[in-house]
Amino acid sequence: MKRRGRTLWIVGVLLALVVAGFVSWYASGSPDGLEWAAERAGFAHTAEDGAAAGSPFADYLWNGEENRLSSGAAGVVGVLMTLGLAGGVTWLVRRRGVPAGED
Amino acid sequence: MCNKVDAVHVPDGFLDAPTSLATGALAAGTVALALRKARTELDDRTAPLAGLTAAFVFAGQTINFPVAAGTSGHLIGAVLTAVLVGPWTALLCMTAVLLVQAVVFADGGLTALGTNVTLLGLVAVVVGYGVFRGLTAVLPRTRTGVLAASGGAAFLSVPAAALTFVGLFALGGQVDLPIGTVASAMTGVHLLIGLGEAAITVAVVGAVLAVRPDLVHGARGLLSAAPLEDRRPVAAEQAR
Repeated sequence: MKRRGRTLWIVGVLLALVVAGFVSWYASGSPDGLEWAAERAGFAHTAEDGAAAGSPFADYLWNGEENRLSSGAAGVVGVLMTLGLAGGVTWLVRRRGVPAGED
Repeated sequence: MCNKVDAVHVPDGFLDAPTSLATGALAAGTVALALRKARTELDDRTAPLAGLTAAFVFAGQTINFPVAAGTSGHLIGAVLTAVLVGPWTALLCMTAVLLVQAVVFADGGLTALGTNVTLLGLVAVVVGYGVFRGLTAVLPRTRTGVLAASGGAAFLSVPAAALTFVGLFALGGQVDLPIGTVASAMTGVHLLIGLGEAAITVAVVGAVLAVRPDLVHGARGLLSAAPLEDRRPVAAEQAR
């Protein structure tokens, strides 16, 4: 069972990397629900560029370059950073010394 | 062309400073509480699944699917995460995703981070997991029952978050608009996005249930009870 848990984890991470690093390039470019509603209702113009707009990965592209490599790199970096942050925090707050397989 | 302009979460500027400060305080309090409470959900087995689920939600959110003419939507992932690893852990996972998106990818404003944690974390998890628990109480205690409850909860979590945004906009929107206009624009499109949310949630929870049902937080005490239910009629007959 332990091995299946590890397999699930590895397959899951690989799937996330492929989705964010490759498939995302083919995602719909249409405005999302909130943007669409904001335009329709008339408050879309109040959106501002935030303090993070100067990030090298702003808008899920490396330096704003619109190509698969740039978009793919952003996706891979995002998955790894989220994995590290969420995985790190949840690992730190977990109950210690509970043997695997028991609850 | 693809993931270029998507300000998928609430950007800076939509809501005024007092509203953003209030949601920021609410979000901070929620995360502080979740850091304590998530301990009960996390052990050596489930903590790695929590990190994986957060990474998966980040990846899922990069996929905008078309929902109707000229508009798109993407996964929130709050119900997916809450069912897989528990609601308190889901709050931490959603916060991690939103933090990385805002800081690294300028997706969702930094001053709107508290708003986004409130909407896509707190509201989506609390409403979604509440609906999930309510549905599992009345649905059959089977894999299908758990999946139906996950789908229903995921569907409702999206309009719940959207309508909460409408409420916040009524309190602190930067433009004075009739709230009915905002509500009607938000509701229809987010009901459609909810269908996508439900489909992805059911697919992912179903996949994990198929390989490691013991790891699924929301199925605990439900699926393990199934064999007992099967035996009960036999025992009842013997008693007669």
